[in-house]
Amino acid sequence: MNGRTFPKCTIWRAIFAILMAAGAYATYLRVRYGLGGVTNLSDQFPWGIWIGFDILCGVGLAAGGFTLVAVVHIFNIERYKSILRPAILTAFLGYVLVVLALMFDLGRPDRIWHPLVMWNPHSVMFEVAWCVTLYTTVLALEFAPAVFERLGWKKPLGWLKLISVPLMIVGVILSTLHQSSLGSLYLIVPHKLYGLWYTPVLPIFFYLSAICVGLAMTIFESWHSSRAFGRELELPLAAGLARVLAVLLMTYLFVRFLDLAQRGVLGLLRENRTETWLFALEIALLAIPTLLLFRRRVRWNPARLYGCAVMVIFGFVANRLNVSVTGMEAGSGTHYVPKWTEVAVTLAIIALGFAVFRVIARHFPIFEQHHAQVGAPAAFDQRGEPVGVN
Amino acid sequence: MPRAILYDSTMCIGCKACEAACAERWHLPYDDKVAAESRLSAHKLTTIQAFGERYSRRLCMHCAEPACASVCPVGALHKTSLGPVVYDADKCMGCRYCMTACPFQVPAYEWNSRLPKVRKCDMCYDRQRAGKPTACAEACPTGATTCGDRDALIAEARRRLAAKPGDYYQRIYGLQEVGGTSVLYLSAVPFAQIGLRTHLPQQPLPALTWRVLEAVPDVVSVGSVLLGGIWWITNRRDEVARAERKKP
Repeated sequence: MNGRTFPKCTIWRAIFAILMAAGAYATYLRVRYGLGGVTNLSDQFPWGIWIGFDILCGVGLAAGGFTLVAVVHIFNIERYKSILRPAILTAFLGYVLVVLALMFDLGRPDRIWHPLVMWNPHSVMFEVAWCVTLYTTVLALEFAPAVFERLGWKKPLGWLKLISVPLMIVGVILSTLHQSSLGSLYLIVPHKLYGLWYTPVLPIFFYLSAICVGLAMTIFESWHSSRAFGRELELPLAAGLARVLAVLLMTYLFVRFLDLAQRGVLGLLRENRTETWLFALEIALLAIPTLLLFRRRVRWNPARLYGCAVMVIFGFVANRLNVSVTGMEAGSGTHYVPKWTEVAVTLAIIALGFAVFRVIARHFPIFEQHHAQVGAPAAFDQRGEPVGVN
Repeated sequence: MPRAILYDSTMCIGCKACEAACAERWHLPYDDKVAAESRLSAHKLTTIQAFGERYSRRLCMHCAEPACASVCPVGALHKTSLGPVVYDADKCMGCRYCMTACPFQVPAYEWNSRLPKVRKCDMCYDRQRAGKPTACAEACPTGATTCGDRDALIAEARRRLAAKPGDYYQRIYGLQEVGGTSVLYLSAVPFAQIGLRTHLPQQPLPALTWRVLEAVPDVVSVGSVLLGGIWWITNRRDEVARAERKKP
C-alpha cells in the first residue's frame, strides 16, 4: 500500500502530537483528581461538553453509516456502494470514540457495563446504552468484510454474507432508535431547557438532523479521502447525496419553525438574549447551505460542496450544544464554560479519530471497487478503478 | 401508609438544628463553615436558606413519581412504598442523568472523589422503617419540620391554613408539583419568594419520556417489516432486470 509521507502532513503531525500530549496529560489529571479536578461541572450543571459534544455530536456525526447502508443495501441504489465502506468505517470509529469519551465522563467508568445487566426500561439512557452497544457490534460486523478480505478469509466472508440483510435492517432500526433517543433524553427537563429548543418532538428533530449530518459527513469524508489518498472526488455521488441533503434540510428547518409557531414561542426570537443569537447562528449554519445546495452549480463544485457540508456539520454541532449546554444554562441558574482539560480530551479524541481512520484506510480495502459483494446482488459498476493516482 | 415531611416556613427560626442532625446521621462533617453554606451539596443534604426574615429548607422532595428514578439507566434510584426515594450506590455508574433530570436540582455529586457517588436525602429510610421520625424532624425545636403519614400531614397543613388564614399563603407546595411530592411546604408568602420553583408542571415528569419510550416496540416491529419489504422489492426488481438482460 501507499506508505509515502506527504510533506504537507508534517504540520498536521505536529498538531496531532501536541493534541495527543495535551490529551494524555488531561487523562492523567482525570484519573488522579476525578471529575472535579478536570471539569467545570457542578451540581447545578452536571453535563458539559463531554456529553454535549463527544456523545451527542459523536453519535450524530457517525450517522452516515446507517444512512448509506439504508441507501445502498435496503433501497438497493448500487451506485453509492463505492462510498459505503468509508461511511461504515467512520461510523464504527465514531461509536468506539463515543464509548471512549464516555469513559472520561462517567463517574465510575469501571461500571460502564451496568446498564446491560441492571435494567430500567423506563430510562432513555438505558435504551441508548443497549442500542449503542448492539449497534457498535453491528458496525463491527458490517466492517468485518474489509478485514476478512485483507486477510483472505473466505469462509467468514460467506457467513457474513448470509446474515448481512437482517444485520443491516437491525442496524438501521437500532440507529433510528438511539439517534432519536438522544433527543428524548431532554424530554424530562421542560423546566430547564430553553423554549427555543424544548419540544415534545425533540426525538424526531434529533433523528432528522442526524440523517442530514450523516449525509454531510459522507460528503466531508469523501472530500478528505480524495485529497489524502490522491483519488478523485466521486462528484456525481457526492452531488447526488447533496441534493437529498438539501431537501431533507429544508424539511427539517420547516418543521422546526412549524413547531416553534405551534408552541407559540416565536416571540422568544425577539428577545435580546444569548440564546436568541445562538439559535440564529445554528439556523443560519443550516439554512445557508440548504439554499446553496439547491443550486446545481454549487453541488457540482467540489470546493463549494465541501464548504456546504462543513457548514451543515457546524450547524448540527451548534444545535446539539445548544440543546445540551447553552439552552440548559438559564434553567439551571448557572453558567458553564468548559475547563481546558475538557477541551483537551475532546480534541485529542477527534484527532485520534482522524488518525485511526487514516491508518485503517491505508491498510484495508476501503476504497477499492472490487470488494466482495456482501449481502447484495453483484454491483454494476460503470466506473473504472481510481487507485493511487498520486 | 406513605410517609412525608411537612415543613412550615412560618415556624422556622433558622437554627439549623436539622442540618446538624442530618449531618450526624450521615456521618458528615458539620462545623461553622458547612453551616454557612446555603447550597445543597455532597456534604450537605439539607440546608436552611434565608430570604430576608424568612427561612426556607431545601432537601430531596421525594416525588411521588420521581424523574431521577425514571431516568436512571441502572435503576440505582427508586421510590419505596414507604415514601422515601432511595439510592443504591453499588449500582450507580455516575452518568449523572438524575442530576440533570431532577426538577428541584437536589442530587449532588462527589466531584472530587475518585470513586464518586450521588448524595441526597433519603428521608431517613432506615429510621422510618423502624418507626422512628426523620433525624431532622426529631431535632427541630419549633415543630417547623414534622414527619408522619402524608395524608395526615396534608390534613394538618389544611388545618393550619384554615386556623390562621392571615399568616399563610393559602396553598400547600408539593401537593401537585410534578404530580405531588412527599415533602410539603407551608409559607407566609408566595413560594417563589422563599426560593421554590413554582413554574413546574403539575404532571409527573416521567410521563414525558414514557410517551416516546413506549413506542419503541412499534418502531422495531413496523420498522423491520417496512425495511424488509423495501429490501425485498428493490432486490427483486434488480433480479428481474438481470434476468431480462440475460434473455436473448
